[in-house]
This record gives sequence, C-alpha cells and structure tokens, in this order.
Amino acid sequence: MTWAPAIELDDVHKSFGTTSIIQGVSLAVGTGERHAIIGPNGAGKSTLFNLVSGRLTPTAGRIRLKQRDITGLPPYRINRLGLSRSFQITNMFHRMSVVENVRCALYFAMGYGYAFWRLCPRLRDVHDAADALLERLQLSARRDVPAGLLSYAEQRALEIGMTVAGGADVLLMDEPTAGMSRSETERAVALIHELSENKTLVMVEHDMQVVFDLATQISVLCYGRLIATGTPAQIKADPEVKAAYLGVEAD
Amino acid sequence: MDTAFFFLFNGIVYGLLLFMLSSGLTLIFSMMGVLNFAHASFYMLGAYFAYQISTHIGFWPALIFAPLIVGCLGAVIERYGLRTVHRHGHVAELLFTFGLALLIEEIVILIWGRNPMPYSVPSELDFALFEIAGNSYSAYKIFMMLVSISMLLFLYGIIARTRIGMIIQAALTHPETVDTLGHNVSRVFMLVFGVGTGLAGLAGVIGGNAFVTEPGMARALGTIVFVVIIVGGLGSLTGAFVASLLLGVIQTTAVAVDVSLADLVATVGITTSAADANDLMHKTLSQVAPILPYLFMVLMLISRPRGLFGTRDA
Amino acid sequence: MNHGLRLLSVIAVLTLVAVLAAVPHVVSSGFTLSLLNQIGIGVVFALSYNMLLGQSGLLSFGHAVYFGLGGFTALHVLHTITGGDLPLPVPLLPLVGGVMGLVCALALGWVSTRRAGTIFAMITLGVAELVAASSNIIQGYFGGEEGISGDRMSGPVLFGLTMGPQQDVYYVIVVWMLLSAGLMYLITETPLGRMANAVRDNPERAAFVGYNPRTIRFMMFALSGFFAGIAGGLFAINYEIITAEAVGINVSASVLMMAYIGGIGYFFGPVIGAVIYTLLSTVLSAYTEAWMFYFGVFFLIVVLYAPNGISGVLAAHTPVLRAHLMHRLMPAYATALLPTLVLLLGAILLVEINYHLSISGNYDSEMSILGVGFDAASWWPTLAGLAALVVGGALLWRTLPYVGLAWSEVRAELAGEAAP
Repeated sequence: MTWAPAIELDDVHKSFGTTSIIQGVSLAVGTGERHAIIGPNGAGKSTLFNLVSGRLTPTAGRIRLKQRDITGLPPYRINRLGLSRSFQITNMFHRMSVVENVRCALYFAMGYGYAFWRLCPRLRDVHDAADALLERLQLSARRDVPAGLLSYAEQRALEIGMTVAGGADVLLMDEPTAGMSRSETERAVALIHELSENKTLVMVEHDMQVVFDLATQISVLCYGRLIATGTPAQIKADPEVKAAYLGVEAD
Repeated sequence: MDTAFFFLFNGIVYGLLLFMLSSGLTLIFSMMGVLNFAHASFYMLGAYFAYQISTHIGFWPALIFAPLIVGCLGAVIERYGLRTVHRHGHVAELLFTFGLALLIEEIVILIWGRNPMPYSVPSELDFALFEIAGNSYSAYKIFMMLVSISMLLFLYGIIARTRIGMIIQAALTHPETVDTLGHNVSRVFMLVFGVGTGLAGLAGVIGGNAFVTEPGMARALGTIVFVVIIVGGLGSLTGAFVASLLLGVIQTTAVAVDVSLADLVATVGITTSAADANDLMHKTLSQVAPILPYLFMVLMLISRPRGLFGTRDA
Repeated sequence: MNHGLRLLSVIAVLTLVAVLAAVPHVVSSGFTLSLLNQIGIGVVFALSYNMLLGQSGLLSFGHAVYFGLGGFTALHVLHTITGGDLPLPVPLLPLVGGVMGLVCALALGWVSTRRAGTIFAMITLGVAELVAASSNIIQGYFGGEEGISGDRMSGPVLFGLTMGPQQDVYYVIVVWMLLSAGLMYLITETPLGRMANAVRDNPERAAFVGYNPRTIRFMMFALSGFFAGIAGGLFAINYEIITAEAVGINVSASVLMMAYIGGIGYFFGPVIGAVIYTLLSTVLSAYTEAWMFYFGVFFLIVVLYAPNGISGVLAAHTPVLRAHLMHRLMPAYATALLPTLVLLLGAILLVEINYHLSISGNYDSEMSILGVGFDAASWWPTLAGLAALVVGGALLWRTLPYVGLAWSEVRAELAGEAAP
C-alpha cells in the first residue's frame, strides 16, 4: 500500500481574541496510522481536535481530509466524509438506552438519513449492526439501560463504540482512557486496538503507557506548536521532547 | 422639520423607557442565562404600586417606594422560585417566568379589576414646558427623560466602579466564567434579579401615568422588549441601548405617517387601482405600525442573526 | 416478549375505537358531545405541540399560528365549497388546514429553527406577534372583528355524513384524532423521530453522527405545523367560525400549558393535559371568573414541583402499584389530604372574594361559594379565608415530611426487590 495522507494540516492557526492557542501547526497523518498527539496541559491538543472535527474554524491555514479541503465545514459534513470523533467528557444521548445510542450513531451511516416514513423497529440491518457492536463492546447485557446510568468505564466504552459505529475510516479520540483504572485502561486499549483495525486513528492521550502501546506515530505539541513528530522510538530519543515534556513527566 | 424633531423627542423618551427594561433584561440574561419572560410584568407592578401609593401619600414617595417594593419582590421570586427550577435547566426557567407573567396579570386583575387605573401625571409636572412650532413639550416627558438618564448613569457607575460591577462585567464578556466566581454567586444572582426588576418597576412608575395603567400593559410592552434585545444582540448593553432608541423612534414616528405603499409607488409614476382599500398596498404606515417591530426583528434574524451588537452565538 | 405486548396494544386500540364509536349512542347530552369535540381538537393540537417541546426540546410560544392559519384556510375553502366551486367533502377539510399549517411552518420555521433553546423561544414569540398584529391589517383573510364564518352543511356528502347533527362532527373529529395521534406516534419511531430526541439531548453529538441539528429541528417543526393545521381545520368544522384570536398568544400559551401539565416526557402525556385543560376551561369557567388564575397557579406548581407533569407523577406510581406497595403510601397521602383541602378552601375563598369585589365592584357584594351565601364586603369571610389558608398551610408543612418518608421507604423496598 502506498502512503497516502488521511489528515493534513497546513500551517493552521487558531486564536481566541488576542490569545493564540494554535500557532502554525503543519502535520500529515498517513492512512492506517495510529497517531498519538501528546503534550503538556494547555498545549492546544483539544483545540486541535476541535479544529479538525469542525467544532471550531481555524483563524488561518487549511485542513484536508483524505486530500479534500474541509476547512470551515460544519461537523456533520465532515462526519459524512468519513471522520468520526469521541469526546474527552463523555458525550452521549443520556436519556436514551444504550442500544438506542448505538443505533442513532448508525442511522445516517446506513442510509436512513432524515427519513420519517420508515419505522426504526423494522430496520433489521441497523438492529443487527447495533447488536453486533454491543457484543464487541461487551455491553449486550446493559443494552436497555439509559446511557446516563452506565458506570464510567461502560460510558467510555459506549463513547468509543458510537465513534466507530458509523464506519468512519478516520477516527479522532480525545483521551479515551482518561480517569480509568489500570485494568479498565488495558481493556480499553485492547478495544481501541481491535476497533481501529485498518483505520486511521488520531488520539490525544496523557497516559504514556497507552501511547506507547497503541501509537505507531507520535507528535508532540507544546504551546501551540509541533516540536517533534516520529515513531515512538524516535520520540523517546528526541532531546527537545525530553526537555520540554518527558523530562517533566519523569520527575 | 420641527414636527420631525417632536416625534424624535417622543421616540427618545419612549426608547429610554424601553432601555430601562431591556437593560435589566440583558443583565439578567447575561448573568443567569434566564430570559425573564415576566420582566414587563414587573413594569406593570411598578405602575400599579405607584398608583396605589400615590392615592395615599402622593407621587413623589411612590417614585421611591414602588420600585423598591418591586425589586424586593423580584429578589424573593428569584430566591424561592427561579432557584428551585434552576436545576431543571433553562427551558424550565423560561416556563417558570412565563407562568409568572400569566399569574401576575391575573393577580393584577384580581386586585385592581380589568379597567384602566386613573393613574395620572402629577399636577406639578402637568404643563407644557415649552413650545416649538406649535408642538408643546410636556414637562413630564422631560422629567421621564431625566429620571431614565440619571438612573442609567447610576447603573453605569455601579457597573464601572464597584466589585459587583466587575463581576457583572466579567459575566457579560465571558458568560462561562460566572460559574467560577465562587460561593457568593447565588447572592449576586438575587441582587441582579432584584435590581433588574426594580428598574423595570421604576419604568412602570414613570411610564404608567404617561401611557396607561391596565392589565394588558405588560403584554403590550413585553414582546417589544424582547424584540429590542434580539435586534440589539443578546447580552449586549450597547445593543440594547441602540435598539431601544431605534424602536422607540420607529414606533412613535410610524403611527403619525399617513403614507401607504401605493403612495410610494405612485411617486415613481405607477398608479394602482384604489378599488380595494383593504389590500396591503393601500395601508398607510400608521396602520401597519404595530407590526413594524416584529417585521424588523424577523428581517434582522434573516440578515444578521446576532443582532446589531451581538458577539455571541447562542 | 414483543408479541404479547403488541397483542395487548392492538386490543387496547380496538377497545378505544369501539368506545369512541359507541359514545354518541350512549351520550345524548349536546353539552357532553361538544365537550368531547373540544377535547378531540385539543388532543391533536397538544400532541402536535409536543413534537416540538417534548420530542425536540423546542419551546415555542407561537404554535397557535399554524393552528389558526390552518383554521382560516379551511373556512375560506369551505366558502368555495359552499359556493359550489369545489366538490370537496367537508370531512376532508382538516387536510386543507394541515397543508396550510405545513406550508406556513416551512416558511416561518426556516427563520425560527436557526436557533434552539431560549433564542428559538423568543423568535417564535416574535413571529407569533407578527402574525397576530398582521391579522388586524390583512382583513380580507382574517375577516376583521367578526372573523370568518362558514356553513359546514355543504359540498358532497361522504359516508352519509351531512355534517348537520353534532354527532357527525364528533365522528369526523374522532377519526382525524385517531389518525393524527397514530401518525404522530409512528413518527417518534422513525429515524427522524429518534434523532429529534437525540438533538434534544445532545445536538453536538448528533452532528458528529452525521446529522445537521438544524435540519432535524426544521423538519420536526414543519411536521408539527402540519398536525397543528389539522387541529385548526377540525376547529373550523366544529365551530364554523374563527377569529383572529385563534392565532393569538393566548391560544399558544394554552397549548403550551396543556402539553406541559399533561407531561412532555411521555407521548400520551399531552392527551391528559388536553382533557384537563378543556374540562377546566369549560366547566370551571362556568363557575368562576378566576379560572385562569387557578390554572396559572396549577401550572406554576407543576413547573416547580412536578416537571414531568401529571403523566410523570402517574408513571412514578406504576412500579409502586406493580409491587403492591400502594398501601404504604396511602396513609401519608391521606394525612396530607385534609390540610391540602383546608388550604385550597382558604385560597379559593380569598381569591373569589377579591375577584367578586374587583370585578363587580361594590354594587353587588352578595355572593356564594359552595351554596353558602355571604356578603363579600364584610370582614368575616376574608378572615375565615385567611385562617383556613394559614392553618392549612401550616398543617401541610408539617405533614409533607411524612409523604417524603413514606416515599423513601417505598423506594428502598423497590430497590431491594430489584437487587436480588
């Protein structure tokens, strides 16, 4: 397979008022890569995600998804082009059941769109796909529980499930293991590994163990600029990274 | 030209009155995220209280006491009503103030009946101060103008100089920071609600006798005030000020202009049949005056949804 | 498990249809029948409103616009039918109202649904005021003070319904009500209906699964306008007259309160609200001028203490009933009942005395409540009212904790049963 970019950022800037959060980030994520973005708090990692997913519009620069310019497109258009994201703070339809949450993540992707002439209980394909996904998430037993009543780890699993449900081939995950215990984290990493098979994954993560377990590429963001990009081994060896980030962590 | 000035004057007096309501509404909305549907109801209460007080001890004490009573009532309602529904979200809060508006109207009918009150301009101010080109300028209108301007300057002083003012300013520019202000935030809410409603009450005291004091007065003004804050831009005091004056002038001027769309078209040489006096072309501007604010609002929403001075995407 | 449930609901629907069909043969009173007609119209209107508030989280203060415009158009078309220019059977007229409601909701909804939340509410209010104020200006369409009236006994006869007797109107309303309620229920089961819930709960997430929240809101708004227009068409047939009040804020406020009091969280909640509202507005208004006041207080109590409405309160009791634990709540309820009644009596006495005095003045201060006649201007009734209010209030304040205690015990027991 020849290398093709899934996401390209071209000198992207973002400022809020006079505060500049992202100061000229250029980055190319190859198709099929598992790319982690790391950096100290306040480096602009979440802002970067919000820019790529269309939640925010860049002040300057271009963003391309699979070589198509998506700068300034609304989130739902970007999603339809094959990009899906999860949120740092769990962000589901709290009052709906678990299975209904997954189905809601499927309707558009399976071609039902805004239909008000088709009955959901009859959409066998959506049901089967949702059930299969719940099985993989190990949430089948909890399918009829309102999503808001799930345990934290279960909510995170559902969040990941809803992100991959629509079949997007580019996934953004914002701290998918934040706040989890060691064993929960291990299970989540295995799940992400499994569900992101043959897909492009970009994740923001604080947990270095998770980063080195999952990522094939790592970028380091510091005060709105990328200071390094490379394989985990390269990043570990990079002196600038050590100084700016890993060194601090090690203390 | 002098007549135009006369309408402009009346429009500004009315616009300043609108701003006394819309400024309070804007403050409450910016701080608490609550659109106080009952805001004009406090205006109405101000007028009725002032009428009641003035029949016993005169207009001047009413000018002081009625707004204070209204403000205290507002603070109590915030404490025991609004705060209870706060946890159910903004829609519940809006529904609460909506129900409150309905109830206040019914209570006013319950106590004072359905007929307008004989609440009149105090005799000390009931004369024409001066006359320009046959239009007399009443002393009371000038007084209204002075009261609103001084009250607004006072408010400006509080916002610009005091600690609470700083908090309010912060809330106006960065609404998300309100939550980080700490434990006294609910006290600030109560205060802002009390001051906002008190200001509306004061507007009622000076507006109730200049216009009319009857149970329908809250509804009539309430929606205009909403139009003002949408047109001006939500959360913007400057916007509320400009929009208040603009709508005040438009509304007072339009009722006096007897030009129809057909007349306008006729000036460019097209004559329309005068057969149907009912059709829209032959309505004079004074006849369509009541819909102008709403039309203005809808056009604004289509062309510039943020309003004149709004910066926020709601 | 679904088959048993489906059979049960089919039986329930068939029973409902049979009962509704039998009503005119059993009930002969014209008053009851006209009450039922009003309820039927209210049900369609309130359910259409709940497509916005309950299902899409959109609080509208201008739903009467689509109801009223549907009604006006239906009556204008009825005129054409009466004139012999259109061979449309009158029972199909609500469809005309529905189409008008849909067209208006498409046009005005495009402006209104740009935003959600508070801004949406304000825009709907502004649009409603625009339409209401226009009704004074565009007299050809709205008919000025007299409104527009028509004669429903015209046009081709369908199924032998001449539309003369009131029961013909009743059947037309029942059929349209069942049809509309059924369709509205089915819409909740479609992808659009589900995503409307999703947008209500979390518009951002909905955008990240491919949906434009604004499109969802717009489509729900348009569909709800359609059903509101049907209700307007039914109104036109039932009363044969419509005035500009039908597009006014009062009607919009009524439908909002109907839906909310009934409970917006459940599909059939607004039905309860429509029944209660209609009963109160026709029956209670015959007894007291202050009915709007009582209704307003009731509404505020629901907003403050029962945000899920009456259906929410009922739903809270179903698990208790199912576990046969109602007897545990009853003593507490009974204890609270007496103070509540005393409080109510006192409040009603005071309100009625005040209304009597402020509205009929002092010319006629004789009045009666519950058959007891007295002079409203004398001091003792007011004192009695105040005393009842204070005593009832104080007692209620003391007894409410018992209700809370009984509930927490029952809840604990329910949780204990669910656990093993």
